[in-house]
Amino acid sequence: MKSLSPSTHYLNPNLWVDKHSDYLFNYTIIRVSDPEIAKDLISETFLAGLKSKGNFKGKASERTWLIAILKRKIIDYYRKVNSKKGKSEVRINYFDKESEINWLEEKVSDPYLKNAEDRIKNQELGLAISACLDTLKEKQAQIFIRKTIDQIETETICKEFNISASNLWVIIHRARKEMARCLKENWF
Amino acid sequence: MKCDKAGYVSDKAQYLDAYFWEKIKLYMHLFFCEFCREYVKNNTKLSEAFVRSDLKTMTHNDKQKLKKTLYEEMLKEN
Repeated sequence: MKSLSPSTHYLNPNLWVDKHSDYLFNYTIIRVSDPEIAKDLISETFLAGLKSKGNFKGKASERTWLIAILKRKIIDYYRKVNSKKGKSEVRINYFDKESEINWLEEKVSDPYLKNAEDRIKNQELGLAISACLDTLKEKQAQIFIRKTIDQIETETICKEFNISASNLWVIIHRARKEMARCLKENWF
Repeated sequence: MKCDKAGYVSDKAQYLDAYFWEKIKLYMHLFFCEFCREYVKNNTKLSEAFVRSDLKTMTHNDKQKLKKTLYEEMLKEN
């Protein structure tokens, strides 16, 4: 029997949604800016992953491998969008002379462009946070996400997970300490 | 107030869940405790990072749908 190196990775499609969907969702949203399209692309990625799981050699992690597939799906998506000729849209909002005067000025000081660098930085921060969430224990991560990202009321989370409020705060406290440590190492 | 309690109240305050008196006690503790001041500073920084990142999660329903699709595909394969 062939011995496997300690760095060999395995695929476990049963856990893909729980382990990777949120990370892939943020990764895709940054690139396509549409949650519905992002969801479709992730679904296609998982299905393509399932079909080609025989090609997985175990050299890269499961997530890296799924991201490689997702990247190709995103490229395909843009190819398809760009190939739809004659469907490009130009929006002109200036109909009267008075507003026409402001046109150039508005284009020059486009706040979208001005903040583009900040936006990219924040999106990268999002991915760093997402990666740090993986270092938490499963239940701890779920509770932390419900409270911090989904901003659900304490009482609702306690009912959902059948825990007391003081229990919840202990879990949150430990998770925050771990997140701060992880982000200090990888981001701050 | 002891340091561990101060830590919990600081966390609750990040989610606007701390009571008024808890916050007063926390501020009194912070006046004397440099260690907890540092914790609160990092805790605030962490909250700001979450706000800035605008992190999204897939809804429970979306995840269930995705699981179902994957499961059906796995069944076809076997």
